Amino acid sequence: MATLKDVTAIAGIGQTAFARQLPESEKVLACRAIIAALDDAGIAASEVDAFASYTMEETDEVEVAKAIGAGDVTFFSKVGYGGGGSCATIAHLAAAVATGQAGVGVAWRSRKRGSGPRPWKNTAVQLPAPAQWTRPYGLLRPSDEIGMLARRYMHEYGATRDHLFNVALACRNRANQNPDAMMYERPLTRDMYMTSRWISDPLCLFDNCLETDGALACVIVSAERARDCRQKPVYIHSVAQGLPAQHHGMVNYWNDDPLTGPAWTAARQLWKQADFGPDDVHVAQIYDAFTPLIPLSLEGYGFCGRGEGAAFTEGGALESGGRLPINTGGGGLSEAYVHGFNLINEGVKQLRGVSTAQVPDAATCLVTAGEGVPTSAVLLRS
Amino acid sequence: MSDSLLSPVVDEDGAPFWEYAARGELRVQACAAPGCGELRFPPRPCCPRCQSFDSEWRLMSGRGRIWSYVLPHPPLLPAYAEQAPYNAVVVELTEAPRIRLVGNVVSGPEAALNSVDPGRLRIGTAVQAVFCPTDAGTTLVRWLLER
Ligand SMILES: [Zn+2]
Repeated sequence: MATLKDVTAIAGIGQTAFARQLPESEKVLACRAIIAALDDAGIAASEVDAFASYTMEETDEVEVAKAIGAGDVTFFSKVGYGGGGSCATIAHLAAAVATGQAGVGVAWRSRKRGSGPRPWKNTAVQLPAPAQWTRPYGLLRPSDEIGMLARRYMHEYGATRDHLFNVALACRNRANQNPDAMMYERPLTRDMYMTSRWISDPLCLFDNCLETDGALACVIVSAERARDCRQKPVYIHSVAQGLPAQHHGMVNYWNDDPLTGPAWTAARQLWKQADFGPDDVHVAQIYDAFTPLIPLSLEGYGFCGRGEGAAFTEGGALESGGRLPINTGGGGLSEAYVHGFNLINEGVKQLRGVSTAQVPDAATCLVTAGEGVPTSAVLLRS
Repeated sequence: MSDSLLSPVVDEDGAPFWEYAARGELRVQACAAPGCGELRFPPRPCCPRCQSFDSEWRLMSGRGRIWSYVLPHPPLLPAYAEQAPYNAVVVELTEAPRIRLVGNVVSGPEAALNSVDPGRLRIGTAVQAVFCPTDAGTTLVRWLLER
């Protein structure tokens, strides 16, 4: 059977500044990130013939292709479910390049969430049919929806707010090493965490991701081509998407076991195609829109058993030098929240050996997309 | 009850649930194929177990237990922010624990979202369905703590 294993690589990455407010439009930010990624790879924009983005991306491939001066485009795709789509953009382009549908693929995410509209201010757009079962009761925001799962998780497995703090702290500590991170000069203490305001009890302010303006992009080519590019290739080793049976989006309260989410489905496929397993992952970039997603994902991707994700965070396991350093740029909690795309670029930096929180000799990296929604993941290797 | 809270935007699959709720009945969609009878929620066109398109709406006792809950704090939509912090709960039905409904625990059918002390909420606590008509014409299913 043909596989995608190491057949394609990420040859370039690019990003804009991250801030609560940037003056430029999402379209301009998208173009800047994409051009930076192409420059990083040393590939001309006229060679780009494939695009992949999120359905929630406001700048479409028609606008991007025209603006940057792409050539004829022969592959384009969009992935749904918000942050669940991040790694799938890489997966789609890897498949397109591996099967000869395209030669140079660009994935990107541009977002003005920091200065843009807030979902809790606009009632009109947030009531699609599935919302009839949740929104009228005041379950309004993603934080409320995940908070519901988090309290059940804490109840079933004895997880505590200290475990969630371990997650927030690991991300903040890495951001404090990353000058590009929004929280670079903002250390976090346990006291700050425990006395911060609630957003949706059991989740407090620091359990929630940042609100960021910014954009990121990366360039995918064949492994062969990548070896001739400017940067050390980062090989796409295994990819997967995950939509479990009887799943119901971020309010996944209606299947047999709501605490085993899409990560479990994606993980089975991801590891099945890989030459290595969870014990061989040197560093991980795990989607962290909310702190409870980390223990849930640690379980789903097989770093520990069911119900052991909270205990896994103890003893500095997620910190530099720990059992599994995570989110080494600061993640969505402390670097920038751009629907998880910064996690992809940080994974590439680790395998190039240029992260601001470099894991010595890192050669394998797991990157995941949003847990709780239909998701995706990618294993990278140097 | 304030009419500025959100009302359900009812779709074809969900309409019977809301019509029964307006009559004070909590009914859940069930497969009507002979020998199946699988309950399903949220409602949908066909049975995920046997793929039958025949369904019926089975009357529930309205008894349940709190499966989980959150206490949302602002920033929230204005009508909700006025009552925050309030509770939002997931209730699992006593006779069908895999059928879980999002709702609010309140002191009476039309009481405020914050009418019950959050200190009284526990996972596993028994609750009973009540029905709250809204100014928009739909009827929400809410929950009273059992005494
Ligand atoms: Zn059936």
